[in-house]
Amino acid sequence: METVFPTFLTVLLAIPVVGFLVIILTPRTQENFIKWTAVFFTLVTFVVSLALLSAPYQSSSELFFAGAIPWIPTAGISYALGVDGLSLWLVLLTTLLGPIVVISSWTAVEERVKEYYAFLVLLETAMLGVFLAQDMFLFYVFWEFTLVPMYFLIGIWGGSNRQYASIKFFLYTKAGSILMLLAILFLGIKGGTFLLPDLIGMDLGIGTNAARWLFLGFAIAFAIKVPIWPLHSWLPDAHVEAPTAGSVILAGVLLKMGTYGFVRFNIPLFPEASQFFAPAIAVLAVIGIIYGAWVSFAQTDVKKLVAYSSVSHLGFVMLGLFALNEIGIQGAILQMVNHGLSTGALFLMVGMIYERRHTRDMAQFGGIWQVMPVYSALMLIVTLSSMGLPGLNGFVGEFTILMGAFNSSAFGFQLAGIPGSVLLTALSTLGVIGAAIYLLTMFQKVFLGPVTVEANRSLKDISARELVSLLPLLVLIFWIGIFPSPFFNVMTASVQALVHALPAMAVLP
Amino acid sequence: MQGLFSLIPLIVIIPFAGVLINAFFGRLLMPAQSSKAPGVIASIIAGTAFAIAVLMLFALMSHPEGTEVPFLTLLNIEVGKHVLFVPWTFKVDTLSSVMMLVVTGVGTLIHIYAIGYMDYDVDVKAHEWGLSVADTLDLKRRRYSRFFTYLNLFLGSMLILVTGNNYLMMFVGWELVGLCSFLLIGFWYDDPHRQANGVFKGIENAAAAQKAFIANRVGDFGMLLAIFLIFWTFGSLEFGNVFARAECMKESSQAECLTITTTGLPRSDASEEPEDTVKPAAEAAEAESGHEGGEAGIFTTPIELGPGTLPLTAIVTAITLFLLLGATGKSAQIPLFVWLPDAMAGPTPVSALIHAATMVTAGVYMITRSNVLYHMAPFSADFVAYVGAATALVAATIAVAQFDIKKVLAYSTISQLGFMIAAVGLGGYIAGIFHLATHAFFKALLFKGSGSVIQGMERGMLGDFRGGHGHDEQHGHEGHDEHHAHVDPQDMRNMGGMLRKMPLTGWTYIIGALALAGIFPLAGFWSKDEILLDAFKENTVIYIVLSAAAVMTAFYMTRQIFMVFFGKPRTPAAEHASESPATMTAPLVVLASLSVLGGLMNLPFDGFHQLGYWLEHSVQYAHVGSFNITVALISTALAVGAILLGWLVYGRRPSTDPNAADPLAVAGPVFTFLNRKWYVDELYFAVFIQPYHAIGNYLANVVDWNFWHNFVHDSIIAEAFRAWAVILSKPIDQGVVDGAVNGIASLVNGTSREVRRTQTGYVRNYALLVVAGVVAIMVFLVVRFLIS
Repeated sequence: METVFPTFLTVLLAIPVVGFLVIILTPRTQENFIKWTAVFFTLVTFVVSLALLSAPYQSSSELFFAGAIPWIPTAGISYALGVDGLSLWLVLLTTLLGPIVVISSWTAVEERVKEYYAFLVLLETAMLGVFLAQDMFLFYVFWEFTLVPMYFLIGIWGGSNRQYASIKFFLYTKAGSILMLLAILFLGIKGGTFLLPDLIGMDLGIGTNAARWLFLGFAIAFAIKVPIWPLHSWLPDAHVEAPTAGSVILAGVLLKMGTYGFVRFNIPLFPEASQFFAPAIAVLAVIGIIYGAWVSFAQTDVKKLVAYSSVSHLGFVMLGLFALNEIGIQGAILQMVNHGLSTGALFLMVGMIYERRHTRDMAQFGGIWQVMPVYSALMLIVTLSSMGLPGLNGFVGEFTILMGAFNSSAFGFQLAGIPGSVLLTALSTLGVIGAAIYLLTMFQKVFLGPVTVEANRSLKDISARELVSLLPLLVLIFWIGIFPSPFFNVMTASVQALVHALPAMAVLP
Repeated sequence: MQGLFSLIPLIVIIPFAGVLINAFFGRLLMPAQSSKAPGVIASIIAGTAFAIAVLMLFALMSHPEGTEVPFLTLLNIEVGKHVLFVPWTFKVDTLSSVMMLVVTGVGTLIHIYAIGYMDYDVDVKAHEWGLSVADTLDLKRRRYSRFFTYLNLFLGSMLILVTGNNYLMMFVGWELVGLCSFLLIGFWYDDPHRQANGVFKGIENAAAAQKAFIANRVGDFGMLLAIFLIFWTFGSLEFGNVFARAECMKESSQAECLTITTTGLPRSDASEEPEDTVKPAAEAAEAESGHEGGEAGIFTTPIELGPGTLPLTAIVTAITLFLLLGATGKSAQIPLFVWLPDAMAGPTPVSALIHAATMVTAGVYMITRSNVLYHMAPFSADFVAYVGAATALVAATIAVAQFDIKKVLAYSTISQLGFMIAAVGLGGYIAGIFHLATHAFFKALLFKGSGSVIQGMERGMLGDFRGGHGHDEQHGHEGHDEHHAHVDPQDMRNMGGMLRKMPLTGWTYIIGALALAGIFPLAGFWSKDEILLDAFKENTVIYIVLSAAAVMTAFYMTRQIFMVFFGKPRTPAAEHASESPATMTAPLVVLASLSVLGGLMNLPFDGFHQLGYWLEHSVQYAHVGSFNITVALISTALAVGAILLGWLVYGRRPSTDPNAADPLAVAGPVFTFLNRKWYVDELYFAVFIQPYHAIGNYLANVVDWNFWHNFVHDSIIAEAFRAWAVILSKPIDQGVVDGAVNGIASLVNGTSREVRRTQTGYVRNYALLVVAGVVAIMVFLVVRFLIS
């Protein structure tokens, strides 16, 4: 990479930090000033990040706004940032969710307001760093750094069982990242640099087996984060206990760090190992899709239902990634964004009703459409988007992923003459039925029927502030659903470069 | 010329504009209880769409080859030698124009009908629920405008379905109409009346909606797999390309054929196509032997799929069978038909428009559109025909034993859809589409007539409760006492003698029933005869099954007519029933005329096959039908015989007691079996629904929570992790790298040790250290940047 300072991206990373400092220096009684500061800095971050769209991603797979300067030269560690077609949408998703979660917390958080917003803006920098870092060590630092604010957000402002959930969240992610750290250190020392673009395609002289072990080192860290079935055990705890903003960020961005890690590290660094493990990952992904849908269906807590639905949705993303072809990977990256939008919106809306009723037990609801018509109509749209209804964003991602996976050569095996890719895709497509079942059941239990619980009769419909926090997500849900090609065009070059670097895959007789 | 065609996107845009108008402003447009602005707006929108469809008809008359009008590019992803290019392009050809005319024409009539129907329907609901004047107005504003929002949304979606030039856009429309169906079936999701089984009526409606959506999702599963297979086999989803390449691959290799691109004009490959394709009888006979191992039906061209290859015939057979699964969902065929009867929970205009005339025929349209593929896969085509014929018969037997006026029509619809599906399975595409159109006329007529009857009953039951003052005073004394106990206004046993109370509704209904029964010279005679003739020539088993279904059809319609319209009123509600307003009866008259004259569009005589000649331009394997006096006489004799039998059983000595047993109940268990719909719902509940619940609960509670979450993770792994982290962190501690790493490693070490002791507390301090460290690094970098 070029030895220049990545000025623009550094500024982008620094804006929330400045916001953090301003909040820290404000007396804690100035709650309104703190909130508006948080809104201001996250909004500025978002607006500044829009400048990233100006680069010609369509025509080149290179890193834009990129630069690297030595950080710890003796160890070959650099401060290197850059953005390309693989990360652009995730960066923008992160900056978009920034102001949204701040606005959504306005009345929900009343204790230790100062610390809350301080952590919230700081978290944004950490997440952006993960998506922008081009040095493995720097990536690791940001990766770990995201844990801290999130840990506090769950542990302080979470539900009744928050201590347990936050520690579990912390330790599980930690467990994986130790392995990743080992793999990073091994690669960096062996290659003499931690710069990712330099390491990709470099002949490190390590054997096939070593590469596979290294692949696993990264993969386990990412798999816990995604989470890939059966490593999802921390997710329902974290989601249920986290405050609304925490859940939105967790679903919207933190889980994507896992799937993004696979695209950014595993596939380009270890192409042979990626192919080797693709069938196994695909099988786990398919199990996750069906298992997640089934387990969601049996939940009584709305938030837990949405949490398990993430296991199902991210199974689709993993399936698309390890289809290892252009369609599958592009679909998977778009689906990462879609999941952030749809599930983020679902968590926002679950938070809204929780704020009103202080329960998420579906048996406590029923007939909400009658008392909160606007809220319910919007919830229907978000539910349908999560379900993958054509015309909304979720369908575009799922369709593209399944289309790619259907003809993938990466899944190897054949059964009775039928390619494994066809079988796995067919099973995944069953998940589409499963999604309709658990989401419609939820919708019916909460929104349809007459009002049966008296306390629900006086619920206030969605407020202007809540609408503001939701509207950007709704716009994108429709935009991606109706006119998705601009979103794909941006990634085409990067994904093509990624796929073309893979060795030719064996063809079965 | 292209000028007129280029208007086509408006046929979708205008209904969606209507959706936005009514969704955002509908309530504001209703100042008073009697306001009907949303209905009028929606009807004007529907009428405009119809006008555009008519313009397309004119444009096609001079250019019957049709055209394609690009609108948006949805996907454009290169992958290897394929490009996943999916445009939203409008296809105007003779087939889509027939669908557009039916959808917008019948659609407009139903919009107009619904202006009056929903006005009364909302008032009845408000009255039954005992709402105050203010709440009644509020309910009216919300629901009346919402209904027409949904109706326009449906219209736009259905038009997306029939005008798309590729399988994906068809699927988009396919799903959106499913959504509208869901929303409209569950339209009264909040009805607080408790049913006999203790469940709220609203919940029951919502459950019916959900059942429809999920049954359709099962079909969608097939559709999606078919679409994936089509793309990876033919390298495109656009109809023109797919069919041209399919024809090509019969002879040439896949790679060669993938280069073919049509300009979107149908039959552009006609030059390659020898004349013999218009000999379906010979073709099918060939196919019959073909899939037993002969030459004609088997195409062995290797098709690359995943890491291997499969022969073309296997792939196309799979595609067409998966498409059929989709069709069984949308067009309510065995095994997925169970949702349609429940869908009658929706307001009656919905039953007429979506669940009889338009949406449910999408499967017939889709198979007709895919005729090239079905022609290549004779096994699938036969399978389609058998599914259709079996459905036609099974549903007809159920219809015989129903008492709900709409349920009879619902099973009749399933049965008639079975006729259409059987027709297209036999290669009788023109017969199928012909019957689709005539059925749209007379079934929409019958459903709307039934709605008129139901509201007539409600008027008889409730009296004039809309007397201009609130219900609060009425409630309790006037409203209910004067007009007797609540009876089910949809149960035919409670009716009788309605012809005298509602003459316009009654006579048009009888016309519709005769058309459905296939009586000469009404529309249904011509279209059903064309199907029977195709079956007669192609497949005797199917001919016999369909004829039996036709007998049943004439019988159950006769039964219905006599139970509803003749004899004496069996309840006070029927006694006091009155005719519906003109906005409702006028569309009945129009549809009745169409049911009489509809046959004119495709008379089976040389020179009169207008629809046949028309469709030949876009349906490659269409064959123009003929006339066979034997078949016509047999079917007429059967229908007349069934009507006479119906009269003997139900008309000669009409029942006077609503609680009397049905004359057919002498059949004992057979009647019960039919009345309970062959116990299919019970079977599905036991085989699919209950296990799904049980497994879901087991997975969630036992496997995921107790075992995996609590036992494995919280007990075993958590303990092991703590021990492991202590061991592992030591060697890292010893300085493989420098300080930064040290800090993080010892954090783990410390954290895990401390957590064991205290569970809380220390993690925070360590975490804070990390924050401080990273912030320090950031600050350092920023400062450095500022200095340099």
